[in-house]
Amino acid sequence: MEALFFNIDNGFLEGIVRGYKSGILTQNQYANLTQCETLEDFRTQLSATDYGGFLANESLPLSTSTIQEKATQILVDQFNYLRGNAVEPLNKFLEYITYSYMIDNIILLITGTLHERDTHELLERCHPLGVFESMPALCVATTVEELYQSVLVETPLAPYFRDCLSANDLDDLNIEIIRNTVYKAYLEDFHSFCGTLGQPTQDVMQRTLAFEADRRTINITVNSFNTELSKEQRAKLFPTIGRLWPEGNNQLAKADDIDQVRAACETVSEYRTFFNDAGVSSSSAHGNGGIDDLAAASMLEDRFFRMEVFLNKQAFLQQFQYGVFFSYVKLKEQEIRNLTWIAECIAQDAKDRIQDFIPIF
Amino acid sequence: MGLYSYYSYGLPSFLFIVIALYLLFTGSGEAFNVGRFLEETSPYAWGATGVGLCIGLSVGGAGWGIFVTGASILGGGVRAPRITTKNLISIIFCEVVAIYGVIIGIVYSAKLSAVTDDLLYTPENYYTGFALFWGGLTVGACNLLCGVSVGITGSTAAIADATDPDLFVKILVVEVFGSILGLFGLIVGLLMVGQANDFQAASHVAATAAKAVVSPYVS
Repeated sequence: MEALFFNIDNGFLEGIVRGYKSGILTQNQYANLTQCETLEDFRTQLSATDYGGFLANESLPLSTSTIQEKATQILVDQFNYLRGNAVEPLNKFLEYITYSYMIDNIILLITGTLHERDTHELLERCHPLGVFESMPALCVATTVEELYQSVLVETPLAPYFRDCLSANDLDDLNIEIIRNTVYKAYLEDFHSFCGTLGQPTQDVMQRTLAFEADRRTINITVNSFNTELSKEQRAKLFPTIGRLWPEGNNQLAKADDIDQVRAACETVSEYRTFFNDAGVSSSSAHGNGGIDDLAAASMLEDRFFRMEVFLNKQAFLQQFQYGVFFSYVKLKEQEIRNLTWIAECIAQDAKDRIQDFIPIF
Repeated sequence: MGLYSYYSYGLPSFLFIVIALYLLFTGSGEAFNVGRFLEETSPYAWGATGVGLCIGLSVGGAGWGIFVTGASILGGGVRAPRITTKNLISIIFCEVVAIYGVIIGIVYSAKLSAVTDDLLYTPENYYTGFALFWGGLTVGACNLLCGVSVGITGSTAAIADATDPDLFVKILVVEVFGSILGLFGLIVGLLMVGQANDFQAASHVAATAAKAVVSPYVS
């Protein structure tokens, strides 16, 4: 039934976003980019793609950060165009996408305030998708207490902060805990919001968000080995959605090493392959577990990204739903990471690792 | 949600029951009389409603299809301008659905001819009136659903074409089969009124019969 009414409000924007998606770099274009010798070549190659002359006006010694910044700017422009044309409930949906960037930005400001840095400088480093109007107002705060109050007043994230934290929690030690607590609240809220949007959106988005939640759960577990984080605290950070919830989450909360993590993920067939090599390498070199866990974690991270790209690509197989908007932003973000990686490899002349990006199409 | 469904289901049925009981207990239960309603309603009313439903539902279906397709063509055409001309075919398919409705509307309205009131109520004229009504409803409903189906496939065709030009022809085949559905309604609609004559005044012998059929409420 969604096909009958979806296009009234969103048909145009869906067409647009699918058009944007056709502009995502393909395998061939990546092959050309990896052949480049210098960043100037890189720029020439990129100008043949959808990016066009986005670096044309830059002064010549190009830096990778400029490339990243400009590419992000393109994504932000496209996103703002979509957002400007959207009506409810798509508007709200797009707003939810920006919340995750806002969380990162606010955490950055909180960290800055804790270290008594000039927060105005930090504003420059914030992700432009997560910028909101009253953000400069947050910089006025000089103490954490004030900052917390203004976060509650000025940002759309107030419910997440209010429910999870009090001002006393905001000290340097648990900044990552704060980030994860807030993000957990955000994911759960987004998940339930998608539940109100009706069938195909609900189906596609909840699948993507379930994976996102599981990824965070596993990451938190892997990163908390050998740290001060107690198991009860760890369990509190797990989002209560996802395919591992509740049984897998329960096992993960008690896990002590990567083998137990793998056992917890056995129940989900898609996640089983993530640990195949990781498990082998950790058992083969049992002695120096610290370094090995690190390698396993980075490999895990890589596979998570691949899985995310795969799921986001799948969202485009279903028409008449909002998932494409979310997926496009995520795919584009991955593409920017890829570009930055390739540019970085060219700049540092590290050709042997240049293939370690994640191709999208 | 609960309150909403109370009002949407509960209120109408409550009112219906109250009115039905009122009629029953005030001794006018016979006011609700299907047979009398069918006899007293002028065949013109049936015929004209049929023509109206036929053209109205067909145009509704075509319009619905066109906006579904059109919105996607507009959006997809921003990044891939080549799709706009090709996908006008989808719009034309939707438009055809409205044309079916127009054709049937013209055929049906040709059956309407002026007859004075007291000579109208013959069995033939009743038949024509009912045939036009149900025929019009058949054609209208067929074309409404056909228009929606063509519109949705057309929208998919536009999106797919923008991504991969090879897909256009393949999806167009699906769309063509969808658009044939409306033709079925058109054929059946024509057959349904095949036996029905134009409205005719009752002949002198039949005039008394027509008077007998007509109820005392028709003056």
